[in-house]
Amino acid sequence: MGENGKVTNIFLSGVGGQGTILASNILGGVFLKAGYDVKKSEVHGMAQRGGDVTTHFRFGKKVYSPLIKYGDVDFLISFELLEAARYINWVKPEGKIIINKQEILPPAVSLGQMTYPKDIEKTFKKYFKNSVWIVNGQEIARKLGNIQAANVVLVGAFSNFFPEIKEEQWTDTIEEFLAAKLHELNIKAFYEGRRALKG
Amino acid sequence: MKQIMQGNEAIARGAWEAGVTVGCAYPGTPSSEIMAELSKYKEIYTEWSPNEKVAVEVAHGASLAGGRAIACMKHVGLNVAADPLMTIAYTGVKGGFVIVVADDPGQHSSQNEQDSRHWTRFGKVPMLEPADSEESKDFTRIAFDISERFDTPVLLRSETRVSHCDSLMELGERKESTIQKGLDQKETPKYVMVPMYSRVRRVAVEERITKLAAYTDAEFPYNSMEINDPSIGFITSGVSYLYTREIFPRYSFLKLGMVWPLPRNTIAEFFKKVKKVIVVEELDPFFETEIKAMGYKVWHGKDLIPAIGELSPGIVEQSLRKAVEGKNYKAPKIRIKPEDLPRRPPNLCAGCGHRPLFYALKKLGLYVFGDIGCYALAVAPPLSAMHASTCMAACIGGAYGAGKVLGKDGLGKICAVLGDSTFLHGGIGPLMDAVYNKGYSTTLILDNSITAMTGQQEHPGTGYTIQREPASVIDYEQLARAVGVKHVKKVDPYKVEETIEVIREEVNRDEASVIITENSPCILLRRAKPLEKFKNPVYVVDTDKCRGCKGCLEINCPAISWQEGEGQTKDGHKRKGTGFINKDQCVGCEVCAQICKFEAITPGTR
Repeated sequence: MGENGKVTNIFLSGVGGQGTILASNILGGVFLKAGYDVKKSEVHGMAQRGGDVTTHFRFGKKVYSPLIKYGDVDFLISFELLEAARYINWVKPEGKIIINKQEILPPAVSLGQMTYPKDIEKTFKKYFKNSVWIVNGQEIARKLGNIQAANVVLVGAFSNFFPEIKEEQWTDTIEEFLAAKLHELNIKAFYEGRRALKG
Repeated sequence: MKQIMQGNEAIARGAWEAGVTVGCAYPGTPSSEIMAELSKYKEIYTEWSPNEKVAVEVAHGASLAGGRAIACMKHVGLNVAADPLMTIAYTGVKGGFVIVVADDPGQHSSQNEQDSRHWTRFGKVPMLEPADSEESKDFTRIAFDISERFDTPVLLRSETRVSHCDSLMELGERKESTIQKGLDQKETPKYVMVPMYSRVRRVAVEERITKLAAYTDAEFPYNSMEINDPSIGFITSGVSYLYTREIFPRYSFLKLGMVWPLPRNTIAEFFKKVKKVIVVEELDPFFETEIKAMGYKVWHGKDLIPAIGELSPGIVEQSLRKAVEGKNYKAPKIRIKPEDLPRRPPNLCAGCGHRPLFYALKKLGLYVFGDIGCYALAVAPPLSAMHASTCMAACIGGAYGAGKVLGKDGLGKICAVLGDSTFLHGGIGPLMDAVYNKGYSTTLILDNSITAMTGQQEHPGTGYTIQREPASVIDYEQLARAVGVKHVKKVDPYKVEETIEVIREEVNRDEASVIITENSPCILLRRAKPLEKFKNPVYVVDTDKCRGCKGCLEINCPAISWQEGEGQTKDGHKRKGTGFINKDQCVGCEVCAQICKFEAITPGTR
């Protein structure tokens, strides 16, 4: 009585303007269609002006809290290296990590007061071994003609973890959330991301 | 079919389904999307009001004419609207009237962390508190029924994790209210709150709260009891319920959907069914105090759970694991200390007109009374050009009051700075005061032609309504002159030297003055074509000339960074590094080029 079923916790982090909200909207559409209860939470307002941005995304049979418990993240999807490092302690020991290989300098680094942390990839690999995937989302998106699509490249990479969800479910949802003129680019970005992680 | 909706969207949907005809709001995080969403429903008149007090008054008028009406605001907005609220509590309503107040525990985007639940007891009006989107819609709907049935305004309390969370919900149909539209002069004693009538209504208010208490016990469908393991029972509400239900699923719960008045019999029944009670609530011990006052023993509450900041599943577990299960909370492993990482605070956008303006204030060494808006970001180093900021439009009175203490010694040292929307919200009164009572303060109105920080909402100075229909436009200069300001100047903040000179002249003047920025629309406001006025698309650092003085870093532009590397200029000046401009971020505002002492920043190409 009262016990909760399994809930999957996905934490997205990045910098304002990188498209974390679109990425989490796509996840919402996909897992809703797959028949799950879904909750997600993000902070708007002051946080958007170039500050760090996070989204808590959860799905399962029944989801209560919109926030993930600290230390309980199953998947960390990060759009920027430093913003991945900032949330490393949130990930479960057996959690999986997908990071976009991009560095965006925070003010203290721009001003020459601090250095951008080196070895972020190494630290992740030290703790999570083979459960860390670094995707060059920006480079892939740049080749496709628009660096804005890096977020969908990461969604594509992430999609590999859910073989039970059909490709069309992802691509249909991507189309639902984007204007028609952006469909082709983003569908390509999705497939490139999907391939990138399969290696 | 279920859909995913944000809490604010769900409140708007609930209002539409409830047959609302008028919606009014002043934007404020986390409440802003409610009115933006409501404006998409064609059956409803919606508006951005100049401030929350006006929003409540307009909505109340609509209610008196028989329409269902809603007013929405953030927690601090209800302070502004408290004056009408406290007396509308007496007059009651005709068409259902709901006031949404969205709290911001944790102060993600606010100047304080007040707990709005106190208004419900103070104002003697009921308050509902949803936990997710489904409840946001359902509670909004029923709030209108409660409002009409009990002749009361109803408060609906949301917060960041309700308003800005998405969850599943079912859509319903719109149902019009059955209240007859029209005004009736015979009802004067109910709506004119002069003492002889308001004393009568004072009694009605107390009778109403007694009836509401009976209603929440016997009929209100959203106080829910879940009896599992009876050894421990949690009394909670809103998102605090969701966090606690997540962490301690095997125990018993009383979830209160109505915050006030409390369901005394239901609480009594819960105390009979469970052995020990823990009250879990965010911010102040509101339920805990009331339940203790009823004579019950609360086993744990604010003795273990923090009263400061927002709760989360992690904090609930950390606070209560030991008490509930006798086991110590085990913190997750620290792999990287977050405090070792460089922070990423929000910043003014590249090309923002506030940047050169605050650079000018810094150069003048002024004590800046600032205000609420994007420009509050100028407090951060290296700009560090704001020294006081309290609430909407408080800067004008602040600067003027300080001058009254300092007298002539303060001349040339003080100014007040606020945005266009903030000025219209509450700045006219204090400006009038400064002139009438012979103050010398200088008020700078930073006109970026939009309410920017909350996400681009219209206001009476933008020329558009919430539906993007053309509207009258405030002329700030005329307005300032009308209240008696004799010295009104306009500056283009992108012309740094000129701006400094104008401000210098005005702050030294022994009379009230106003400076209005022009040619300075928000850089994100596309319709104003903010980039077209810039002569060049980007600027670059000429490494032949850059001496590495770091002067360009003083403006804290996100496009400019420091590149270390020993070297020298073409004419032989040694340096330790140079400035660097990121072309992807630079928009060509030319501010850095103007402040560079060595002419080392020059036009470039993309």
